[in-house]
Amino acid sequence: MGLGRITLLCKEILESLYRHRVEWRNVIYQLHFIGVKSQSVVLITGAFTGMVLCAQTYFQFHKVKMDTATLAVVSVSMGSELGPVLTALMVAGRVGAAMAAELGTMRVTEQIDALRTLAAHPVDYLVVPRILATVIAMPLLTALSICVGIGAAFFVGVNLLGIDRAYAWHNMLRFTGAEDMLTGIIKAFFFGTIVAVVGCYKGTCCGQGAEGVGKATTEAVVFSSITILISNFFLTLMLNQLLQSA
Amino acid sequence: MIEVRELQKSFGPQRVLDGVNLRIEKGESVVIIGASGGGKSVLLRHIIGLVHPDSGQVLIEGRDISQMKERELIQVRRKFGMLFQSAALFDSMTVAENVSFVFRREGKLTRKEIDLKVAEALELVELAGTQNKKPAELSGGMRKRVGLARAIVYRPEVVLYDEPTTGLDPIVSDSIDQLIIRVVHQLKATSIVVTHDMRSARRVGARIHMLHKGKIHISATPEEIFQSTDPIVYRFVNGISELKERLL
Repeated sequence: MGLGRITLLCKEILESLYRHRVEWRNVIYQLHFIGVKSQSVVLITGAFTGMVLCAQTYFQFHKVKMDTATLAVVSVSMGSELGPVLTALMVAGRVGAAMAAELGTMRVTEQIDALRTLAAHPVDYLVVPRILATVIAMPLLTALSICVGIGAAFFVGVNLLGIDRAYAWHNMLRFTGAEDMLTGIIKAFFFGTIVAVVGCYKGTCCGQGAEGVGKATTEAVVFSSITILISNFFLTLMLNQLLQSA
Repeated sequence: MIEVRELQKSFGPQRVLDGVNLRIEKGESVVIIGASGGGKSVLLRHIIGLVHPDSGQVLIEGRDISQMKERELIQVRRKFGMLFQSAALFDSMTVAENVSFVFRREGKLTRKEIDLKVAEALELVELAGTQNKKPAELSGGMRKRVGLARAIVYRPEVVLYDEPTTGLDPIVSDSIDQLIIRVVHQLKATSIVVTHDMRSARRVGARIHMLHKGKIHISATPEEIFQSTDPIVYRFVNGISELKERLL
């Protein structure tokens, strides 16, 4: 039943996009909320993930005298896996929950019904702007996370762990391909869609009262996080095949 | 003209509407009364297409809206304005933004024209100067009046009122009733009020329909309703519960 309703929601979203019924003012407002206001969370996550990954990789590589390969591993991992996945999980927690809570509250307080009586389609007015904004913001946030993660790892590797700056830089560029970064950005696009669709679906279909809103909020975060982790595996296999053969 | 034919609606095992038949003429001011939880609001929501029936028809100027899709209903709803029981104001917007919602989306009027329309609508509901307030800063009665301003600002042909006086003191209730009467006279709009407040029903309705056990039990003028000797109508109008009757 849930799958059927989410499919119908996706159909309405595509119809709204096809008929150019996008409320651009709302898209900009949502871009500010989803993109600009998520920067600090994404920045901290990216930086500390890069730093800890660098330290752990260095401790292992140091044993086999491969210190200068550390940053190559960090940049590939941050670009294709950790950057997009951790950014998506953080955005799911912050934005997906907010979407479900806001739309859920609007539903239980009859604001969505009021919108309908004022000849506005809730999908055009509420859902599509959120989805567009998330799909635009997520790749940008992921790029930010990757850059900050690699930068922080470089700082830790060179200044704290004593890796040779020139070799570290050289190896990082040598082993990191454009396809690694492209993989991360494509994944971010899919993850953005997942977070927004699940958040909006849970909000617009939530149960009655405070209990319904609370449940919708929790489910939005849990379902989108799980979907991100599962889809990441399949996307990795698929994109690896596509981009390596290209 | 609005016509409801053999409307049936159930929520789970509970049948709320069980073959409702109703006809409302253009410009008429009608009140639907009935017990709490008796399906009055559900009937109102069917009339504007917010709920789809299990069976039966809702005809708006001869067009059956009961099976229409949401995007088709948008065109039909342009004729309607609705005041919700909770007012249902958009809490992220100011009073002016709430009232001007339709105009801002349509984009046909200039900012100055929209401001003028908003000021006129707020003047009509005696809330001039509240444009920049947020719904959270308003009292229950004020919220209802803003909800009414939002529902009438674009001059709809039909205005629906869902329990407009519930939860308000008698003085504020009277002011809401006077506003409804003013809207009927000034806009010449068809007015459908759902209430269980009998004083309010008497004041605003030219015709009263009583919903009982999922059906229209009686349709009559307020005078006929108040003088009725039908035990169901009599008990409801005079507020006599079955328990009280047994105790007496």
